[in-house]
Amino acid sequence: MRGRAWVFGDNVDTDQIIPAEYLVTMKNDELAKHAFENALPGFASSVKEGDMIVAGRNFGCGSSREHAPRALIGAGVSCVVAESFARIFFRNAINIGLPVIEASLEAEEGDFVTVDLAKGTVKDERTGACKEFQAYPPFVMMLIRKGGLVPYTKEVLGCRR
Amino acid sequence: MGKTISEKILSAKSGKGVCAGEIVEAKVDYVMVNDITGPAAFDEFDGLCVDPLRKKIVLIPDHYVPNKDVPSAIQAKKMRDFATKHRIPNYFEIGSGGVCHQLMIEQGFVAPGRLIVGADSHTCSYGALGAFATGIGSTEAATVFARGLLWFKVPESIKFTVDGKLRKFVSGKDIILNIIHDIGVEGARYASMEVVGTSISSLPLADRITISNMGIEAGAKACIIPPDRKVDTYLKGRVRGTYKWTLADDDAEYSDERFYDGSEIVPVVAKPYLPSNVAPASETPVDIDQAYLGSCTNGRIEDLRIAAKLLKGRKVHRGVRMIVVPATKEVYDQALKEGIVKIFSEAGAFVSGPTCGACLGGYMGVLAPGERCVSSTNRNFIGRMGAKDSEVYLASPAVVAASAIKGRIADPSEVST
Repeated sequence: MRGRAWVFGDNVDTDQIIPAEYLVTMKNDELAKHAFENALPGFASSVKEGDMIVAGRNFGCGSSREHAPRALIGAGVSCVVAESFARIFFRNAINIGLPVIEASLEAEEGDFVTVDLAKGTVKDERTGACKEFQAYPPFVMMLIRKGGLVPYTKEVLGCRR
Repeated sequence: MGKTISEKILSAKSGKGVCAGEIVEAKVDYVMVNDITGPAAFDEFDGLCVDPLRKKIVLIPDHYVPNKDVPSAIQAKKMRDFATKHRIPNYFEIGSGGVCHQLMIEQGFVAPGRLIVGADSHTCSYGALGAFATGIGSTEAATVFARGLLWFKVPESIKFTVDGKLRKFVSGKDIILNIIHDIGVEGARYASMEVVGTSISSLPLADRITISNMGIEAGAKACIIPPDRKVDTYLKGRVRGTYKWTLADDDAEYSDERFYDGSEIVPVVAKPYLPSNVAPASETPVDIDQAYLGSCTNGRIEDLRIAAKLLKGRKVHRGVRMIVVPATKEVYDQALKEGIVKIFSEAGAFVSGPTCGACLGGYMGVLAPGERCVSSTNRNFIGRMGAKDSEVYLASPAVVAASAIKGRIADPSEVST
């Protein structure tokens, strides 16, 4: 995975990612129009397919709204790299298929970042700085391999696809 | 090695002895969704091939009801339609419901030892009654509708001990804001908080719910207060089914232990834009445009009583809009019965029916650019209650009422001794 970085600080909460007034739809592309509308005006109009978010500690804290990772998926964000994640955002992202990488990467806005999920490495191409990240626990890896919580649940229940 | 409350509940619900760090699938007692998170869960559920576990599901529209606009009306309708289609008994229409977390507790879904999930981050509130309760997303709620199970990483626990006699006007809100100030907004990230001590056991259940409610503001997965007689008394005639206390072993292992002198705590506010940005109310005399009393954090009858006592015979300051939102119909009815609604109204406050309302910047009191609100709610993030440069100061009901009277943030002792 390779993408252009949008850089954020610590404690980016889900109200910033998608303000509450837009929680009246679950369509990823509709939500994406308002991503970071208050916190970073212009994000929604200039973000491109494959871009990545590089952030500090506690990314996605606050409200449990699944609209937040959905807005990012809708905006074309391919991956979020953060020093740490708030737990509900982390779970939501895994469950709906947005890769979230726990690594402390120093990047500048617009840097190109590459992520190797298999090797567990993330790299800033401009600086050459490379960080390793810890593999997901086996249960979480299994969920990701199956495509998320819903496909896993369908399999357990014996639903036909 | 002994176990924490979280380890014990997750052991009981997964049918095996588990320790912090393990991932287990555990049996959930109840799963709650609201009008914001429900519709996505219903869509996901439609793709599964089973009937829902009707009695485990609780549907509570509260965020944008009474309907704020057409899109929110459509969401509320989806919820009603799902309840009808699947004959879900526990659907709470406006007029019988209210803010989901207070309602879950009032309606007897919450009890010691239970495992409850909710598609709302403040589900951790139920820890005040000794349950393991945590916020989840919509997609996972849908899978719980189908299986009654969910995966959990058993969290480490941090023990918080607050001992000592509390000063007048010091509440559960002041205690939890002090704790968040101490450990920071991710100080308990992924962990379970266990909050104990003589200051805590002296508190009424209402204040304990405030403490557990805001555990998430320190990043906690759950925020549990060991159950005692006060919990039993509250649940008598209210609880659904039976329950048993789950208490930690004496030799339970905690990842950290922190101690506080309850007698040193004073009424505080959390300044913008983080709940950890805490200062004494007496040292924060900023002018306010709005005072908001309500929410799952502080919209209970006990909260309204405290504010009404301060406002009785006094007036809301000119230039301040005071908005009072009882959390549920039960709270509203009780406030009517006790004459509290009249006191607020005569003081010049606006009293609404139960809703999440302006707490999350929805409606019924959103802020204009540059406006400042002192609020009994739980979050003061950028733009949380309205315009992105509006400001929210989090405080207890006593501080909210005193500030409404003074027109600026005030310590309650300025108004009443």
